[in-house]
Amino acid sequence: MNLTGLTITQAHQGLRKKQFSALELCQACLNKIKEKDRAIHAFLTVNEKSALAQAKKVDSLLAGGKKLPLLAGIPVAIKDNILVEGVKCTAASKILADYVAPYNATVIEKLKKQEAVILGKTNLDEFAMGSSTENSAFGPTRNPHDLSRVPGGSSGGSAAAVASEMAFYALGSDTGGSIRLPASFCGVAGLKPTYGAVSRYGLIAFASSLDQIGPLAKTAEDAQLVFEAIAGEDALDSTSIAPKSKARNIKIKGLRAGIPKEYFVKGIDKNIEKTIKEAIGKYEKMGVKIVEVSLPHTDYALSAYYIINPSEASANLARYDGIKYGYSDRQGKDLMDVYLNSRGKGFGAEVKRRIMLGTYTLSSGYYEAYYLKAQKVRTKVIEDFKKAFKKVDVILTPTSPSLPFKVGEKVNNPLSMYLTDVYTVSVNLVGLPALSLPVGKVGKLPVGLQIIGQPFEEYKILELGKIYEY
Amino acid sequence: MIKKEEVKHIAKLARLGLNEKETATYQKELSLILGYIEKLKKVKLTGVETTSHPFQVENVTRRDEGRPSKQKLLSLAPETKAGFVKVKSILK
Repeated sequence: MNLTGLTITQAHQGLRKKQFSALELCQACLNKIKEKDRAIHAFLTVNEKSALAQAKKVDSLLAGGKKLPLLAGIPVAIKDNILVEGVKCTAASKILADYVAPYNATVIEKLKKQEAVILGKTNLDEFAMGSSTENSAFGPTRNPHDLSRVPGGSSGGSAAAVASEMAFYALGSDTGGSIRLPASFCGVAGLKPTYGAVSRYGLIAFASSLDQIGPLAKTAEDAQLVFEAIAGEDALDSTSIAPKSKARNIKIKGLRAGIPKEYFVKGIDKNIEKTIKEAIGKYEKMGVKIVEVSLPHTDYALSAYYIINPSEASANLARYDGIKYGYSDRQGKDLMDVYLNSRGKGFGAEVKRRIMLGTYTLSSGYYEAYYLKAQKVRTKVIEDFKKAFKKVDVILTPTSPSLPFKVGEKVNNPLSMYLTDVYTVSVNLVGLPALSLPVGKVGKLPVGLQIIGQPFEEYKILELGKIYEY
Repeated sequence: MIKKEEVKHIAKLARLGLNEKETATYQKELSLILGYIEKLKKVKLTGVETTSHPFQVENVTRRDEGRPSKQKLLSLAPETKAGFVKVKSILK
């Protein structure tokens, strides 16, 4: 049996029926990592010892006849901007290269309560800033489907780990597409939950009005299981919200899906357009009603996003000062030198670019022209979606306008890298849940369909994802 | 194109020590990105409210208790003295 190819449900049932042990599951993943990760570089840290010890613990619980939670003994990979107590958490930055997390993120506490087996920490664009995982201070991750190409970003390590069966599922974070884009590029399911649905306590803050933690998994069903395990209000995250509705059965027949006309214009790869339209056609055959909708501010959403995101980032990253923790250059003559040199040498090029951009758009004289205007455009984008959701239940779009690009192709052109996020950023500006579902391939490169839902209606978009898979 | 002096001023506000080469690169790149963002000028926004947070949320509150121990956090600091984080002198 190919253990690493199993879904979470299959692995859980196998454990309960004693078809294999948690130790065997863990060992199978560790073997895959040894076999494949030298070429892919999905992991920054592998905790072989603690993973094996946890797997043995699950086996002894099983032997004792205990009924175990769904995620018990299932190996998981964690994006390296989510804190796991006692384990290094680098955010793929030199400035946190030796930082050991002093506490667990809430999502980690929840996984540990379920007796999950944490394999290690996955690569990302430094501080999650990027769309290709090339901005890591520790070297890029490569796409398992074509090693000359990027896995997408910023949760590229998490997506590549799941796609190459080095982990059963992974956690990522999504600020403007960082779960959905790599899910699309690597051919796995990636869910960006509703803003506030999952606690962000212990997630290294990037752009706080946009950030959200979510799962990357082999299937929509697995993504749902993980989402349900990590969701919920948390006293330690004041923006977290208790779910307003419980999952319920939905009727696919008669469900209305909107296709935004602004998403199928110039700039989209013809082969992607074809694959997405075929996927939409399949839903139509299942009885889903396809309706054209309009999101007129689509073109402006990306500009607003690239003001709001760096502005918030520049404020959040002020904490890396070479004083409290992290990389510190203390050679200068005074405190100012410590700041300038620690930050100047500790941060990579893209992080500095965004801090500069954000500081500029927030600075006196430019605040009204940029930041304030972007916040108003955000209101318009929200109105667009509200209007569309009066006519439809979900919205279907491509996740990305382009196929996975070559490593190095866009690193020297930040603007063209930003344009990769054109279909994903609006979802974060509005706070909506969205799933990227693998629906086909162009050659050997996967294509993802983005299914966008209304706030706290994850169950609806996940149900659509699951039905496609059957 | 934004001025070089402006890039240096922003870098100082952001507490980023940049060398000459970086300053020149960011001057070029920031100008390009800001040029792209300019398209926002075309949107009619009179009377539109700002959004800083996607939803109306209520505060989540908790007891104000220290979580990780002070000792643990201090051990992460590059330099400490007598239970405090040490910095270089501020007053001249």
